[in-house]
Amino acid sequence: MEILVCVKRVPDTAENEFELNSAGNDLDRDDLVYSVNEWDNYAVEEAIQIVDKVGGNVTVVTVGDDESEEVLRREMAMGANDGVLLCDDAFEGSDGKGIAALLKAEVEKGNYDLIFTGAQADEGAGQVGGMLAAMLDLPYASLVNKIDASDGGTITVGREIEGGNQEMNEIELPCVISIQTGINEPRYVGIRGIRKVAKVEIPVKGASDLGIDGGSVGDAGAKTKRVDYFVPDLGDGAEMLEGSTEEIIEQLIEKLKAKGGL
Amino acid sequence: MTQIFAYIPHQNGVAEDIAMEYPAAAQKIDASASLTAIVTGSGADLDAVVNEMTSIYSEVIKIDNADLAYPNAEVVRKALVNIIPGDAVFLTAHNTLGMDMAPGLSVKMDSAYAADIVDIEGIEGSTLKMIRQELGGAVSTHVESDISNGAVLTIRPGSFAPVEGGSAGGSITDKSSDAGDLSVKRKFLEIVEAEVGDVDITKSDVLVSIGRGIEDEENIEIAQELAEAMGAVVSCSRPIVDAKWLEKSRQVGTSGQTVKPKVYMAMGISGSFQHLGGVKGNPFIVAVNKNPKAPIFQVADVGIVEDILDFMPELTESIQDL
Ligand SMILES: Cc1cc2nc3c(=O)[nH]c(=O)nc-3n(C[C@H](O)[C@H](O)[C@H](O)COP(=O)(O)OP(=O)(O)OC[C@H]3O[C@@H](n4cnc5c(N)ncnc54)[C@H](O)[C@@H]3O)c2cc1C
Ligand SMILES: Nc1ncnc2c1ncn2[C@@H]1O[C@H](COP(=O)(O)O)[C@@H](O)[C@H]1O
Repeated sequence: MEILVCVKRVPDTAENEFELNSAGNDLDRDDLVYSVNEWDNYAVEEAIQIVDKVGGNVTVVTVGDDESEEVLRREMAMGANDGVLLCDDAFEGSDGKGIAALLKAEVEKGNYDLIFTGAQADEGAGQVGGMLAAMLDLPYASLVNKIDASDGGTITVGREIEGGNQEMNEIELPCVISIQTGINEPRYVGIRGIRKVAKVEIPVKGASDLGIDGGSVGDAGAKTKRVDYFVPDLGDGAEMLEGSTEEIIEQLIEKLKAKGGL
Repeated sequence: MTQIFAYIPHQNGVAEDIAMEYPAAAQKIDASASLTAIVTGSGADLDAVVNEMTSIYSEVIKIDNADLAYPNAEVVRKALVNIIPGDAVFLTAHNTLGMDMAPGLSVKMDSAYAADIVDIEGIEGSTLKMIRQELGGAVSTHVESDISNGAVLTIRPGSFAPVEGGSAGGSITDKSSDAGDLSVKRKFLEIVEAEVGDVDITKSDVLVSIGRGIEDEENIEIAQELAEAMGAVVSCSRPIVDAKWLEKSRQVGTSGQTVKPKVYMAMGISGSFQHLGGVKGNPFIVAVNKNPKAPIFQVADVGIVEDILDFMPELTESIQDL
């Protein structure tokens, strides 16, 4: 099985307090901690487990800047065999379709049976996988939390739907699958693992390598654009309890008593 | 004039709530636009939903085909491409069907795509201005789409005010024969129901709900002790189940349980919409989070900025001493 996994470097929501910059039009990115998108990590683990069972290769690809190389290396330390960085000034400001078009160009350079994306990334869109499938004219299934890839021409996948129910599907190869968290337990990557792949050559491809017209992607090609970031004024919000922990607990207990919590 | 089409998800012959929410979204896109509901399915269930929709929408398109009896997104998409005009604005829910079907639809229609829309500011020329969120709700963004060649938008359920009552007396157009060839390379097999756990969190009036802030499996004990002192049950957010620290039946959210407690203690939970989508019945929400900017504080009744690993044991002790 030749498997391509699309991964993205994103700000880590568990590690950061997000602030706007002084102009108010972007995040203050100076001290942000980045990591690989949570969903993509599950996708890479799943790909590795499938290849361990049935043989083959796992390639990880990302569209990003120089710093995105670190997430490719991290996923290669997990066990992905190859990495590819798609990087060009012309790619900046791409919308979902721009990213999908770039990934499509890379997919067509290989001979993949399976293409994985995460179910969603930092922007909460969940769009790139479905777009990529449609551009490639391949079948697609999103939010997959179970894969049985023992058969030749088809695989059986479970999609996690509302209420945690599972929608079972049979899907023909090649296909594009978006992976939901919880499908497996991604392995731990230690410093030693990262060191092992530190010197592996990772090819970097730009617009001309991919045979893509720079004007069709990036900001120029985007039909949907983010204009700014803001923090909405949502009325009152919570009543914040203040004081020493003891004082806070005292206030909280009174409220819990009044509301039937105790 | 803008033409807007709204795709109606339904189950067992009943439309999902979002069907009542699209009209407000359409109104915000363009108050003078035409709005048409599209319902796909098969047989009596489909007819029941179509009839229900005529009270809300003045025009309802029905697509009846045995292949659409279960909404396999690959099949639905194929049918829709043949029925929606190329320059229309198409609305669907940002739910598991919408996420499956809509991104590819926008490619096939060569239109703009915008996902998980929570509010709409309107059209200027051919630019549609919308609001969405990023980073699990930590920040909001204004986005603009060029809709000169149409648009596909997924709408976050619960974001637009539902239509009340309804006597639109809408007309029904049967476009089943326009759906075209519906053969696809993905076959729906069956639904496997979620497993029932040994604790039913939906039955408890008080929930101590833990999120990624619990940090370690061993710390779950701390939450259990608090729950015991309060006569409550421990529930959780998705990452706790993904890590296999608690069973799936304890997960609150759109892909877990829907709970209606009196009191909901959100401990180290950031407040993503998929999590909050499972918290219903307007409970008294207490949020404890070490990040003062956590989105959960926007929806909680009471907020406390503390480390839950220190705070919960102290609270437990104080309650035991009462
Ligand atoms: C289709 C789909 C369905 C989903 N369904 C669900 C669902 O049903 N239920 C669900 O919960 N999620 C669901 N999710 C996932 C959801 O998007 C979020 O990723 C998830 O809810 C985040 O969980 P969390 O708040 O526990 O973690 P995080 O977002 O990581 O938040 C952890 C919070 O804990 C705080 N914290 C950290 N350490 C401490 C400490 N020591 N003391 C106090 N606070 C601390 C942090 O400041 C942060 O705010 C779904 C996602 C998708 C794509
Ligand atoms: N810049 C990118 N490079 C590679 N893959 C990406 C990129 N952006 C998104 N993806 C893939 O698409 C998935 C869904 O992201 P999104 O559609 O942005 O929510 C991610 O989990 C990745 O697998």
